[in-house]
Amino acid sequence: MRHIISILLENEPGALSRVAGLFSARGYNIESLTVAPTEDATLSRMTIVTSGSDDVIEQINKQLNKLVDVVKVIDLSEGEHIERELMLVKVRAVGKDREEMKRMADIFRGRIIDVTDRDYTIELTGSGSKLDAFLKAVSRDVILETVRTGASGIGRGDRVLKL
Amino acid sequence: MEISGAEILVRCLQEEGVDHLFGYPGGAVLFIYDELFKQNRVKHILVRHEQAAVHAADGYARASGRVGVALVTSGPGVTNAVTGIATAYMDSIPMVIITGQVPTHAIGQDAFQEVDTVGITRPCVKHNFLVKDVRDIATTVKKAFYLAATGRPGPIVVDIPKDVTAAKCKFEYPETVEMRSYSPVTKGHAGQIKKALSLLMKAERPMIYTGGGVVLGEASKELSQLVRKLGFPCTSTLMGLGAFPASDAQFLGMLGMHGTYEANMAMQHCDVLLAIGARFDDRVIGNPKHFFDEKRKIIHIDIDPSSISKRVRVDVPIVGNVKDVLQELTKQMSGAAAGKPDAAALKTWWAQIELWRARDSLKYDRSSTLIKPQYVIQKLHEVTRGEAYVTSDVGQHQMWAAQFYKFEKPRRWINSGGLGTMGFGMPSAMGAQLAHPKDTVVCVTGESSIMMCIQELSTCKQYRLPLKIVSLNNRYMGMVRQWQEFFHGNRYAESYMDALPDFVKLAESFGHIGVRIEKPGDVEGALVEAFKRKNDLVFMDFVTDQAENVYPMIPGGKGLSEMILV
Repeated sequence: MRHIISILLENEPGALSRVAGLFSARGYNIESLTVAPTEDATLSRMTIVTSGSDDVIEQINKQLNKLVDVVKVIDLSEGEHIERELMLVKVRAVGKDREEMKRMADIFRGRIIDVTDRDYTIELTGSGSKLDAFLKAVSRDVILETVRTGASGIGRGDRVLKL
Repeated sequence: MEISGAEILVRCLQEEGVDHLFGYPGGAVLFIYDELFKQNRVKHILVRHEQAAVHAADGYARASGRVGVALVTSGPGVTNAVTGIATAYMDSIPMVIITGQVPTHAIGQDAFQEVDTVGITRPCVKHNFLVKDVRDIATTVKKAFYLAATGRPGPIVVDIPKDVTAAKCKFEYPETVEMRSYSPVTKGHAGQIKKALSLLMKAERPMIYTGGGVVLGEASKELSQLVRKLGFPCTSTLMGLGAFPASDAQFLGMLGMHGTYEANMAMQHCDVLLAIGARFDDRVIGNPKHFFDEKRKIIHIDIDPSSISKRVRVDVPIVGNVKDVLQELTKQMSGAAAGKPDAAALKTWWAQIELWRARDSLKYDRSSTLIKPQYVIQKLHEVTRGEAYVTSDVGQHQMWAAQFYKFEKPRRWINSGGLGTMGFGMPSAMGAQLAHPKDTVVCVTGESSIMMCIQELSTCKQYRLPLKIVSLNNRYMGMVRQWQEFFHGNRYAESYMDALPDFVKLAESFGHIGVRIEKPGDVEGALVEAFKRKNDLVFMDFVTDQAENVYPMIPGGKGLSEMILV
């Protein structure tokens, strides 16, 4: 099953590689991983999307907690949560595609953030499946380049991950 | 007054009460060696290879319960040390390894003797640090010792670039450590302990299974009290031997791949299992599927939550320090509400166990004209009255030592259980001897293992370490040969040790005493003579039966009750 795990960790050099190394050393799967400092510059917040049986997820949680640089871990998917991912897509925008791409960006509530006479760069935010849906809806040969951040997640309501 | 990073480091070691430091100098650590030279509180032991420095610090830690400390230079110093670090990590040994690094401005330039120490050691340490500023040395060392010894212990690497050891600042050693991200649990959950107790009281076929955590957690006394109070059978892993006295009738011997018949059968057929500081690893329970062919309730006490429900699902997890949890369990047991173990069921269970025990699974041919390795260990136990610190290398001799040297006290049995590192025996014996200068220290080894760190005979000479080396020489990598006999059609691929040295002359060339023993009748006399020589290292080369195998044996992937017996 897919799980989205949020981690608060010391904002130290090497902290990311401890987490990434743990996943590769123990054969856990990483679908995506994002990390950036929080409002407290000494802490980083990481979101990992992974999958595995209940036993594997339990071990992932325990092993993450065991890392000395890790301050807190929660499995967001255990409760109500919101997740968002950012995607930038460069598409060919010549001929009939120029109008079509503008229309598709609007339908998916995307924004065109860079324009040349040959291409658009579209910014899209949403759940991973919404971004997938966009890529599916657009003909493949129009897509020049895509870049995705991977999911970031946060608990709903008063579910808060902080010190 | 400002002092150099190197001096700060040495002062930190003094503050931590480090009396022995095992190491090997090199370019990146020369400032540190210069400071070591100027003082005499921390005694440096010069080994002949960095692997041995770490094994020696490890043996020191296992024998004494204190943090072992090693010092190596950058690059190859570190890569040589990695085997030792991984060995300590697998067995959760508290250690601090200080590694030199190229100057900060040279890091990442592929400088001479540069390796990414923090990167290389990351998967085999509890934690590691790269100290980039001289002002961080004291707090980092303080943290390193704290992390090494608390919670589930483990090795900590502190990597210090050369320029940081030369830079100067004020020295103040912190009194306490604060780490918001690290707070090991000690006390077990009282409610869970109560649940455990109620399961134990209802058990009809109970079993107690203990591991290295009992030794590391200094909980031997508490374990013995509980086991005797309950009257239940008790077994131990390779790592836990000595935590409960082997001579006690309630002890069923070691369990696992080469465990006794009675221990493995009782483990398989019990209805309530109390696991204490043990981790159900593959060499202990064999195939987990087979283990669950029988239904049983499992209580698991461990300080590391990630050890619980890792290989087997448990019913009552108790996270905590083994010592505290056992005290609480014994206390609750004395309470009025606790109830008593089911005496009638227990009697039937013990009758079954005695039938298994009568199978005498450790028997061997005592009439052989060749020296049987088991016989050597039995005689070793007699001659040393079971009081020696015994280290071992890895292979058949290790298993025979575990089976036949009946350990009565914790910390007397020192071996590389998790990683299975050949070459561990002699250097770890050096550490044990330095921790206990007046006690007898024996290294049980084989002619293949001993060759992996043989250079340390030189260190033993320099520091006059009177080790007794018991080498069971069967001219084979015995355990490899045994597997090849059982599972590879007797094709002994590369397991024959051709062109062995004359170990007597080898020992003599290092300035020690060497003896070769070739007849069973000479075994006891040779041991007696060797142990009379209190101040000499004696290398005993026992020429043993080449074909002897370790029994019982659970083949890889099989279950606990699928033992090959003699």
